[in-house]
Amino acid sequence: MTLSYNRITELFKRKPSGILSVYCTAGYPSLNDTVPLVGAMQSAGADMVEIGIPFSDPVADGPTIQGSNEQALRNGMSLERLMAQLKDLRPAVNIPALLMGYVNPIIQYGAENFCRDAAEAGIDGVIIPDLPPEVYLREFEHFFRSFNILNILLVTPQTTDERIRWIDSISTGFIYAVSSSAITGGRLAVDQQRSAYLLRLSQLKLKNPLLVGFGVSSREDCLEIGKYASGVIIGSAFIRAINASSDAAASARDFIKGVVL
Amino acid sequence: MSYFPDRNGFYGRFGGAYIPEMLYPNIKRLSESYLKILESPSFQEEFDTLLRDYAGRPSPLYYASRLSQHYGASVYLKREDLNHTGSHKINNTIGQILMAKRLGLRRIIAETGAGQHGVATATVCALLGMECVVYMGELDTQRQAPNVERMKMLGAKVVPVTSGSKVLKDATNEALRDWIANPENTHYIIGSVVGPHPYPDMVARFQSVISAEIRQQLQNKTGKELPDLVVACVGGGSNAIGSFYHFLEAPEVRLIGVEAAGQGVSSGHSAATTALGRPGVLHGSMTLLMQDADGQIEEAHSISAGLDYPGIGPQHAHLFEVRRVQYANVTDEEALKAGLLLARIEGIIPALESAHALAHLSKLELSGSETVVVCVSGRGDKDMQTYLEYLGRLG
Repeated sequence: MTLSYNRITELFKRKPSGILSVYCTAGYPSLNDTVPLVGAMQSAGADMVEIGIPFSDPVADGPTIQGSNEQALRNGMSLERLMAQLKDLRPAVNIPALLMGYVNPIIQYGAENFCRDAAEAGIDGVIIPDLPPEVYLREFEHFFRSFNILNILLVTPQTTDERIRWIDSISTGFIYAVSSSAITGGRLAVDQQRSAYLLRLSQLKLKNPLLVGFGVSSREDCLEIGKYASGVIIGSAFIRAINASSDAAASARDFIKGVVL
Repeated sequence: MSYFPDRNGFYGRFGGAYIPEMLYPNIKRLSESYLKILESPSFQEEFDTLLRDYAGRPSPLYYASRLSQHYGASVYLKREDLNHTGSHKINNTIGQILMAKRLGLRRIIAETGAGQHGVATATVCALLGMECVVYMGELDTQRQAPNVERMKMLGAKVVPVTSGSKVLKDATNEALRDWIANPENTHYIIGSVVGPHPYPDMVARFQSVISAEIRQQLQNKTGKELPDLVVACVGGGSNAIGSFYHFLEAPEVRLIGVEAAGQGVSSGHSAATTALGRPGVLHGSMTLLMQDADGQIEEAHSISAGLDYPGIGPQHAHLFEVRRVQYANVTDEEALKAGLLLARIEGIIPALESAHALAHLSKLELSGSETVVVCVSGRGDKDMQTYLEYLGRLG
């Protein structure tokens, strides 16, 4: 099957380095903030956004994103509500947009319904951390393909070269390189260990570009990572920035302007 | 009909390993090695020796004559409460600590609800000189305070978990987060037949010693090959799987798992997963879960911290779906009453978890010729506060 137009693949063609992708939680800080916040992120210079589907048990996330998930659920956010909000995403927002969430809400929504509604809303890709690639290929891939939604897979410092190559072979769009074996939000020094890992990844000459996430929070991180990868993903640091503020959109813009290269 | 997992860890449509990539190397290594290790003669010898000389196995199969008279059947109690540390949990923690040793992992983490698994884990870590961190919901640290003190005395670090509903589910989330952050040196000793493959199968095999002994002991005592009925409580379901394991393929043995109805199945304060749950993914496996329409996991409620979990192990979900095991539930109040009854007529104070299994006996129409085995999974010392409040209410 030939791939039809997708904003993610177009972005990497146009801009092979220095990409900034930012994560926000749908329905946070307030229920109806999702789409306006994404608009603010775009206007401040984000190249791509990840919209988190809140979940009651986000085991791959640290305290900051756990907190934003809990608040969003208290605000009444659900996947059904999010899909309704996303009807206003395009054309106001034209950068690539991904949904990031845990597999259970997607299973309950129905994988096919999820892909159809996401595609209709102009979503380009998804990241589902607790859906292993083996299960994805067996049970989900045909839905994702038929609606041209890219499934972004993760690699970590413990992933063997052989498995990284395999993940590369089944990936489209980009690969999400987890910068440390930590849950999101850990403060990671720009240390030798990370550089060695990123160097190893860059030497594998993968067909997909790499974005590096987990523990990325500052402009310095972005600069250092930029030596090895196409860009960064920032989550917890962004949530912390809007969390403390009475004007989420203004804080979002300030934060992004502070890290954009 | 198979009651056991396939190559990918699925029991029918339940099970599997829904794990983040960070845990892939750990789960892969464990999947590839657990059977080889478990079946090796040196492992089996070490495991059996510790079960015998350290945990005190075999646990007695006790003919409860006054309880039998009360219910009009032959009731035998499998006395897991008499094991070292006071519950069946030690069977699994001995197995898993020996597994961790063979995998070269020196740091141990665990979740705990009632604290029985936490104590059993802290115990084997002390025995083998390993670092031990136990995650426990803050609410459970309060209602099971004696077990927190025991874990500390054994040298474990107890981390109170303040996220979510502050009980077993949340402690499990936090243990998984620890494992994701420390995959290279850490083994996660899951306390029940839950989690990603191969945990449900591995834990079931370690706990299967319960039913292996029941078979042997019943034969020795009565000459009967098989009991008519086996009853055990189900939270995640490890003592139940252990009690059922060697009877699963003997269809003439009726098997009943008893879940916690809490304040009543329809009260909104329950942990009766088979009655209230739908298939979904939590803690690494596809199983039956209490959840809302959006797939958010609901808070379970039970007076018993060990049954306060919104899911069940995937093997139980399968055994429920194929109707090999019947799942019932009893309320907080019924469990308290049954716990008190056992104390008064047999001189045994059972854990509140086990009291759920005992409570179900009053709902069965038993005949005098029937042989019933109930698993007393743990002792009730940790629950004295709750029992005393109940006695106070009775006046």
